[in-house]
Amino acid sequence: MDYAANLAMTLPELILGAGAIILMLVAAWGGPASTRAISWAAVAILAGACLALIGPASYGGAAFDGLYRADAFAAFAKVLIFIAAAVGIIMAPDFFERTHGDDLRPEYPVLILLSAAGMGLMVSASDMLTLYVGLELQSLAAYVLASFMRRDTRSAEAGLKYFVLGALASGILLYGISLVYGFSGTTLFSGIAAAYAGPQSLGLLFGLVFVFAGIAFKISAVPFHMWTPDVYEGAPTPVTAFFASAPKVAAMGLAVRVAVEAMGPATDQWRQIVIFAALASIVLGAVAAIGQTNIKRLLAYSSINNVGFALVGLAAGTPEGVSGVLIYMTIYIAMTLGSFLIVLQMRGEDGQPIESIAALSGMSRTRPGLAAALAIFMFSLAGIPPLFGFYAKFAVFDAAVRAGLFPLAVVGIAASTIGAYYYLRVVKTMYFDEPAPAFVKGNSPIEGGLIALTAAFVSPLGYLAIPLLGGWTMSAAHALFPAI
Amino acid sequence: MTIGLIHYLVVAAILFTMGVLGIFLNRKNLIVILMAIELILLAVNLNLVAFSAYLHDLVGQIFAMFVLTVAAGEAAIGLAILVIYFRGRGTIAVDDVNRMKG
Repeated sequence: MDYAANLAMTLPELILGAGAIILMLVAAWGGPASTRAISWAAVAILAGACLALIGPASYGGAAFDGLYRADAFAAFAKVLIFIAAAVGIIMAPDFFERTHGDDLRPEYPVLILLSAAGMGLMVSASDMLTLYVGLELQSLAAYVLASFMRRDTRSAEAGLKYFVLGALASGILLYGISLVYGFSGTTLFSGIAAAYAGPQSLGLLFGLVFVFAGIAFKISAVPFHMWTPDVYEGAPTPVTAFFASAPKVAAMGLAVRVAVEAMGPATDQWRQIVIFAALASIVLGAVAAIGQTNIKRLLAYSSINNVGFALVGLAAGTPEGVSGVLIYMTIYIAMTLGSFLIVLQMRGEDGQPIESIAALSGMSRTRPGLAAALAIFMFSLAGIPPLFGFYAKFAVFDAAVRAGLFPLAVVGIAASTIGAYYYLRVVKTMYFDEPAPAFVKGNSPIEGGLIALTAAFVSPLGYLAIPLLGGWTMSAAHALFPAI
Repeated sequence: MTIGLIHYLVVAAILFTMGVLGIFLNRKNLIVILMAIELILLAVNLNLVAFSAYLHDLVGQIFAMFVLTVAAGEAAIGLAILVIYFRGRGTIAVDDVNRMKG
């Protein structure tokens, strides 16, 4: 295969990388005044990267001697990642202007572009080296983003915690990779799968455990979730929205690809880990959220809880399960981005953000539209039937039951009712409590439009998308299971 | 006695454990945590190079080069975040990293 064909398959990441470097130069030249122009240019670059997926980047197969894989699975995950990254860029400038006093620095969209390039590599990796480089590119940009409000001590602390625990996670993952490499003799996923299909050695098993522990850190699954609430609370709200959406999809895509492509023959071994992480995340995410008074912390526990449900689909280890994970992540990012867009609207007279749940009291009377949208997201996150969030849970539990994992499905569904309690508490605060001072009205038609769009997607209207979504996720899932 | 693969693996495992313990048991100073992270990455590098020599396969050494490079970038970003944290709070004691809890 010639070099140009290889490059054509990595076109989305090339566009993002080159775009980020060019915009970095423009930023150095133009200074903070150019932030808005650079933000829109970054959104255009992300759209260009999405368009590049139409070409060989979505069906080309192995590139660069198997280091990189361009298939339908990677293409689907990349569409989600690029959309979530674009929303993360769009919602930032107004927020920073209001809370920070001065303009957003133009490095912000550049860092998101670099992070998106890393995430593209993560979901396309078919070699441990590509996996590691992609993961670090994503993480290093994310550490800086978390501490982006330099004068806010909470933001700096969030960045510090994220950095220390993220670096520890990378270390654990790397230690696992080194063991897998040593005992299988290769870092290519196909070679590793061949080694796992042969006689199992203790070293391979240890490697598997360490690799899954490292990945669990990145998707914030229990017992490696402890950084999530602190980082989500301390980071600026647009950054939190970004963290809760795009890197989650990327890390989940990475987990699925490693589990199926590299360690598929060892499904019985990793299934135990995934089942434990899924149940622990669902239960802890639901129970720990009950006492929260900060809306961003509440959404952090909600994201831990949701990762647990997505892992239920992975535990099935079948194409239906993988398709369920993709459907879950699609609906999850719509719900979570919508919720954070509403958190962004919560601000007092002075324009400063308000984060307490009590401030939502009586919002149905002061801001009925916003309250209705948040109620839709909360009901949908709880998985109440007419809304689209129900179908997400249905897809993963259906796959788990088909794979014969009845106890997992039963405990998971029972625990999801605990989760419903705290989502409904938010709705009760908005609709039945005495009104608190109203939030200042926003003047951003883009944010309002995005809230309406995400709310429409998770409303029953979303079911219209099922034929399209189901077909696309199934073909994406089958790209990982060529034998079936 | 010849030094074989197993000796390298044991040393790397000890270094890795020391690094992880250094992060969790250290109650004094954030700089020590950065050093513990470096220790973990170096333990991994030792593993990779030892396996590479044992397997007569270059991939492990190339991987170690990548890890070294990324570790340098990681240390730079870690120190930068540490500096802005110190500017805001005036301390880098581990016990004081507690603005958010729950």
